[in-house]
Amino acid sequence: MTATLALPSVAPLRAAPPPREAPRRAVYDVRALSKIYRMGEVEVHALRSVDLELYQGDLVVLLGASGSGKSTLLNILGGLDTPTSGTVRFAGRDLTAADDRALTRFRRESVGFVFQFYNLIPSLTARENVALVTEISRNPMQPEEALAMVGLADRADHFPAQMSGGEQQRVAIARAIAKRPEVLLCDEPTGALDYETGKLVLNAIATVNRELGTTTIVITHNAVIAAMADRVLRISSGHIVEDRRNASRASIEELSW
Amino acid sequence: MRALNRKLLRDLRHLRGQMLSIGGVVACGVAAVVAMGSTLQTIDHARASYYEHARFADVFATLKRAPEPLASRIAEISGVAAVETRVTAAVLLDVPGLAEPATGWIVSVPTDREQTLNRVHVRRGRWPAPGVGNEVLVGERFAEANALTIGTRLSAVINGRWQRLTIVGVAMSPEFVHEVGGGGTTMFSDSRHFGVLWMGRDALGPLYGMDGAFNDVALSLSPGANEQSVIERLDALLVRYGGGRAYGRDDQPSNVVLTNEVKQLRAFGIVMPAVFLFVAAFLVSIVLSRLVATQRGEIATLKAFGYHDHDIAMHFMGYALAAVLLGAVLGVPFGAWVGSKFTALYVAYFSFPELTHHTSVGLVALSLTVAAASAVIGALAAARAAAALPPAEGMRPPSPLVYRPLLLERLGFTGVFTPTIRMVLRSMERRPWRAAASIVGVALAVGTFVGGTFAFDVAMYMGDLQFRVIERADLSVSFIQPLPARAFHDMSAVPGVSRVEMYRSVPVRLSAGHRFRQIAITGLEREGTLRRLVDADGRTYAIPPAGLVLTKALASVLRVAPGDTVRMELLERGGEERRVVVTALLDELLGTAGYMEIGELNRLVGEGPVVSGAYVALEPGAESRALGVLRRLPSVAGATPRRAMLESFEEQITSMITLTTTVVALLASIMAIGVLYNGARIALSERGRDLASLRVLGFTKREVAGMLFGEQAVVNVLGTPLGLLMGVGLAFLIASAFDSELYRFPVIVTPRTYLWGVVMVVVAGLGAGIAMRRRINALNLVEVLKTRE
Repeated sequence: MTATLALPSVAPLRAAPPPREAPRRAVYDVRALSKIYRMGEVEVHALRSVDLELYQGDLVVLLGASGSGKSTLLNILGGLDTPTSGTVRFAGRDLTAADDRALTRFRRESVGFVFQFYNLIPSLTARENVALVTEISRNPMQPEEALAMVGLADRADHFPAQMSGGEQQRVAIARAIAKRPEVLLCDEPTGALDYETGKLVLNAIATVNRELGTTTIVITHNAVIAAMADRVLRISSGHIVEDRRNASRASIEELSW
Repeated sequence: MRALNRKLLRDLRHLRGQMLSIGGVVACGVAAVVAMGSTLQTIDHARASYYEHARFADVFATLKRAPEPLASRIAEISGVAAVETRVTAAVLLDVPGLAEPATGWIVSVPTDREQTLNRVHVRRGRWPAPGVGNEVLVGERFAEANALTIGTRLSAVINGRWQRLTIVGVAMSPEFVHEVGGGGTTMFSDSRHFGVLWMGRDALGPLYGMDGAFNDVALSLSPGANEQSVIERLDALLVRYGGGRAYGRDDQPSNVVLTNEVKQLRAFGIVMPAVFLFVAAFLVSIVLSRLVATQRGEIATLKAFGYHDHDIAMHFMGYALAAVLLGAVLGVPFGAWVGSKFTALYVAYFSFPELTHHTSVGLVALSLTVAAASAVIGALAAARAAAALPPAEGMRPPSPLVYRPLLLERLGFTGVFTPTIRMVLRSMERRPWRAAASIVGVALAVGTFVGGTFAFDVAMYMGDLQFRVIERADLSVSFIQPLPARAFHDMSAVPGVSRVEMYRSVPVRLSAGHRFRQIAITGLEREGTLRRLVDADGRTYAIPPAGLVLTKALASVLRVAPGDTVRMELLERGGEERRVVVTALLDELLGTAGYMEIGELNRLVGEGPVVSGAYVALEPGAESRALGVLRRLPSVAGATPRRAMLESFEEQITSMITLTTTVVALLASIMAIGVLYNGARIALSERGRDLASLRVLGFTKREVAGMLFGEQAVVNVLGTPLGLLMGVGLAFLIASAFDSELYRFPVIVTPRTYLWGVVMVVVAGLGAGIAMRRRINALNLVEVLKTRE
């Protein structure tokens, strides 16, 4: 595998206990990725020739200020958006060559999304919101199982309007992981939450990553959160300006901001 | 332009699909008012001005024979303004190009002076010349139906002798605006086989031995005269001359048909617009409520800047009025066009010297007022909500809707629905009134379609019943005057005849108390099979051996029941009186009629065994041969083939079906599309964020569209059967409006009509879906992740 060769200087820095054995498989292989938006007369370079590999089972935190291009990168990785140039390969498949139908199938089978504003269906209970996704999946877990994993087994029959923001976000995580996706993409999952509930949500994400081994990418502008990651990417003006591996993952309890 | 108005215009452009669909429904309501109203006004106006201009008489009477000087005694009756005496008679006609004989009604006209009443208007050609015996004017309908031109020659049996007649002109008269044949009183008369002729009095009188005498008189009344007392005095004067009872305009056959038609138009003109404007009000209400909900922040901002509550309310009223304006722009010309088409249809049935369709300014104003009122009512709740929104609250997002498990789930039926179905059903249950009104909207569309087109099912049923079940003779032959019963043998001897049944027809005036009607009692053979007593449901009855059978309609006019005795005055015998017991009532479709067993009727009249005509069954292919022989029999007044009557009936119906069905289907589709499209647009606006989220989660466009249209599908599935029921209800309503003494209007709806109603909504639903497809494709998946609702 070329994966280890890509970051030769980083790998030896990793301290014990190593969370995964090397050599590890690259889930995403991103080459010369650029994205240019046209906003009226103005061209916005959201991503400028990004090269990147992301590895199986890693919990990656993507840091950046607003407008840095981190959401654009996440959306392209999740098959929600297409780049202006460059390629993105997911498990060997070229996402940049896929049409809308293929991207829908990709999202359906391989990706779990968690959004800043939860995006739950208000007319469905927690269990039903999860079931909505498990019913269109090939090998899902039971909705109850997914809810138990985020600590909401007893809230399964509540509607979103009857739950707190943190609880809603955990339902969203349960909904995202119930299909056993290959990657879990979280866009500012704590952005709309207070400190305590934010930590509960991060804990749920860390648990999922640990127990299921799902490759997880968390976008945040909160640098403290980076401590929970295996790998930290910092993005600025469309470039990846920092790429480092944490010697050890901090537990959520240790985080404070 | 004020900034707020600029916002209104921009929003309207943004909402153009919804505005167009609402405007379309408003346009239908406006068009219905304008179309029905203008047709009604046109006919009403044409009738009033024609009656006045042609001096249509107020009172009519027929008698056997009276000397002309009696006219001046009639004129002396207090309240009588003018008197016109005539000679009238039924004639048998041999028309070029027509295989079977036609019958006519011939009326004398003066050749030496102007007519005082019922002035005949010569459309083409000239007035019959004085002293020339064979010149006639013919009625326009009859002339058109048989392509008769000036100079065409006809043969007619007048008073038992063949006469050659020459057409010198084509004419019309207020007495025959509708050329009513043989006492028939429906619009579906047979103009090929019945016509009106006018002949100079100096020529016609002598042919009937009426030189210096008359057998028919028409009067006009002076203003304020009492019609009833004039009729009584006239009757008293005419009774010794064999006068039947005189009658007023209300019983004048042509006028009765015209009055009925106007009545029907008025009923339609109220029901149809009401349905459309109700739906328009509902659509305005849901679209504006949603608009106010999405513009909370804007409303709050405007208020924060100091706009008054009523400015905001008026701003939202502006959307409703824009829909009315659009509706008016589309609806008024469309309605005027449909009105002109309707009027053109009436031209085929009613002869007026001028029937120019006219849409009055007042009517347009009325239609707009009604439409505006419905839109304002629809907008009221939304405008009030916008006005009442406190600015501080408007700045915050609305509190989330509280959902709960479905009623069925609360009752214990859990796990029967998929999450998708739950989403659809819970959002409907959350806003039950809106779901209900949408269902009612679809139901009204289906109902309008069924109710608007079922009349043709009925007409076809009536035609079928009349010409296949009731009248089963191939030919119906009528004699110039009653003949001895041995005429049976003459009929049986006609080549090709396989069966003959004789009948007797006695014109009478039936009365019970002060109520009366003039009809002909038909005497039928007890064992007869060619002319039967059949009720509205198609059940056949035997004629009772004794007593009189009345149609239910006639019994209700006379207020009599089986067992009651009615008085019968024999019009052919100068009003001699008989009494007869009503033994049965028949729920017959057409007309007010009475039946008796033929022997019993003859005994009652006291003229011995005589017959008025025959029902004849023919061997296959014998029709033209039999008609050829019958035409040369001087005693035969008319011989009408059933086939010809049925064909002419069906032809007339078909010509009306096409226009009406097309217009009704178009209007109903516009209504269905309005309801379904706006429903889907609002669902998309409310749930667009949810649906985009689902797209992100990997749901396909098709799956998301399924969730969006799920609600519309439920509305359709519930609304359609309700609509079919409503259609039947509307049909009953229309039928009861159409129901008259002249004919009963049953409610018959064929599966074909139901099926078309269903097809119409399904197509409308698909149309709404196609219109929405672009919007589903354009759901912004990235944007939805970044925004809080």
